[in-house]
Amino acid sequence: MKRRILLATSAFALGLSALSGAALADDPLKVGFIYIGPVGDHGWTFTHDQARVAVEEHFGDAVETNYVENVAYGADAERVMSQMALSGVDMIFATSFGYGPDVNSVAQRFPDVAFEHATGYIQEAPNVGLYNARFYEGRAVIGHIAGRMTETNTIGYIASFPIPEVIMGINSAYLHARAVNPDVQFRVVWAYSWYDPAQEAAAAEALIEQGADILMQHTDSTAPVTIAQDRGILAFGQASDMTAFAPESHLTAILDEWAPYYIDRIQARIDGNWEAGNVWHGIVDGMVGFAPMNERIPADVLEEAEAMIAAIEAGEYHPFTGPINRQDGSAWLAEGEVAPDGDLLGMDFYVEGMTGDVPN
Amino acid sequence: MLRLEKRPQPSKFWNWATPVLAVVLTMIAGGLLFMALGKDPFAAIKMIFWDPLFSPQFAAYSRPQLLVKAGPLILIAVGLAVGFRAGIWNIGAEGQYIIGALCGAAVALWFWPAPGWYIFPLMVLAGAFGGWAWAMIPAILKTRFNTNEILVSLLLVYVAEKILAAMSVGRMRNPDGAGFPGSRNISQYPAASNQELIANTGMHWGVVAAFIAVIFTYIMLHRHILGFQVQLAGQAPRAARFAGVAPARLIVLCLGFSGAMAGLAGMFEVSGPARMISIDFNSYYGFTAIIVAFLGRLHPVGIVLAGLLMALTYIGGELAQFMLGLPSAAIQVFQGMLLFFLLAVDVLSNYRIRLSVREAV
Repeated sequence: MKRRILLATSAFALGLSALSGAALADDPLKVGFIYIGPVGDHGWTFTHDQARVAVEEHFGDAVETNYVENVAYGADAERVMSQMALSGVDMIFATSFGYGPDVNSVAQRFPDVAFEHATGYIQEAPNVGLYNARFYEGRAVIGHIAGRMTETNTIGYIASFPIPEVIMGINSAYLHARAVNPDVQFRVVWAYSWYDPAQEAAAAEALIEQGADILMQHTDSTAPVTIAQDRGILAFGQASDMTAFAPESHLTAILDEWAPYYIDRIQARIDGNWEAGNVWHGIVDGMVGFAPMNERIPADVLEEAEAMIAAIEAGEYHPFTGPINRQDGSAWLAEGEVAPDGDLLGMDFYVEGMTGDVPN
Repeated sequence: MLRLEKRPQPSKFWNWATPVLAVVLTMIAGGLLFMALGKDPFAAIKMIFWDPLFSPQFAAYSRPQLLVKAGPLILIAVGLAVGFRAGIWNIGAEGQYIIGALCGAAVALWFWPAPGWYIFPLMVLAGAFGGWAWAMIPAILKTRFNTNEILVSLLLVYVAEKILAAMSVGRMRNPDGAGFPGSRNISQYPAASNQELIANTGMHWGVVAAFIAVIFTYIMLHRHILGFQVQLAGQAPRAARFAGVAPARLIVLCLGFSGAMAGLAGMFEVSGPARMISIDFNSYYGFTAIIVAFLGRLHPVGIVLAGLLMALTYIGGELAQFMLGLPSAAIQVFQGMLLFFLLAVDVLSNYRIRLSVREAV
């Protein structure tokens, strides 16, 4: 008897899943995106939207996407995602860290919708997946190039907020610049903004006044590379290829390549085997890439940079490999020791040799 | 030939008809804009104004959300309206909103995670005090040094934003937050949380406070000597002085009241819908409330309607974005048109339009 019920139930379940499978095959899968900024920022939000466009191109009629831009954290994000879920989307990509509490709250109310949250850390529902990129791998490469190419031995760094992601980037770039140029100095300006062209431009000018001949940025606008072009110095772009804004000065840019991950996760949702994960992808997974290298990079430097990219991709080299001391001289990583992910994700200190303090 | 003739008294009829006319004109101009963007204008207008209220798919969720979105707008706008009537221009409600939220959050984070019935009331007091204190800066500078309160209050918004950013990554940062900027989740701290009072209604203490403020302001403006003084100071400053209205006292009162209301709005928001202090916690409520105040004719009841209408354009605008693919900039232009048309058709309440044939000279 029991067995028969079991059979009946499983037959019913099979029928159901066959049904939903058929439904999936006919209707396009609906995927919603929410963005913190405007799609035209040429930085963070722009790269996510480019990935959304790539998703549409890849899947054609099988996937339908929509998005809302400029969505503030909190009530606005919660409302937009709830309305998206009510409109029948099957999957939502929430593309900024501050959406964490909102994503989890909405996910609990809509258990049939799959949520993917960029750069977050809160998983309070089984249908919330997290993803992040190892941008420090890219920072290591541009740090190396900068260390080799600077003539004033001064690199200007426009930072956004003193949080682990940003501090990790500064440390990675600095370590690899110093490795090839022991005299190199980093000057850091904190913009306290992710996207503020006027402030970023002012920061760039200030850094040039302090003698910087190469600029790096952890902010999203094209203002710093444009200033670099005007003032005849060098710069690295951020998030997307900014060559068009500074053809002579733009050495390369660390690219946010979200498309491979998005296509992979959406395919999993179509196949019915999507599960919430928590991934931190790097160059090897295709999430971190590089814009075309400028011809002004000398051939030997270019060769070294490409060798470093290849070594990181092959898993032979980790940008945070000991010995590395903290700024105060205390030991962090011993000879040959590789930084645990937890240390990196909580990084609140500069490495030895950096001048200035992490603001508190 | 069209000619404008000044009315001896502003028209009562047009005073209330112009907001409706402005909405209709916005719909027409907005429809043309959406058409130029290649979207069906009727579908877009319906999606913005009709679907959040009546579509079976969204209405059950969206209607309560109207209150959540309109609550802080109404609370701030009512406070601003009193000053605006007296000709005292507080443009910095956004900053007072931020400081109120920071003060409220500071109380919550100080007590975290202790229980206590007194914590939430203390936060309310702190929020109101924070907004009041921030508004006292332009008030004192104006009464003592005759500075321009428009400039001072506006510039203090940017100072408040910097303090907010510094707090989010500094003193108020969540120690368990993996290093990300932002405070602890205050809405998950029972003693400090501003939850929905009745499930799925959108009613939280901030909405209740907004309605109390509306009633209070209505009585004050229409039944109290202070309301008379406010009107007089706005319409005839010299006469007000002869009538014994002390301008300095009025400035301090009006800026203080609007600051306290904005601070309260920030505090209710941070402990409820917004959940926590974060870098981008302020989402232009303080500036949008200026539009709401004028759209509502600086009248408490008008402000309630205007706040709900503004909230509707936000919520419907989001629907239009992801259902029809309209860019958010188009929605912002649409909201901007609302204020533009309102100011433009204002001419009808103060002037009569006359058709006249110009005589040849």
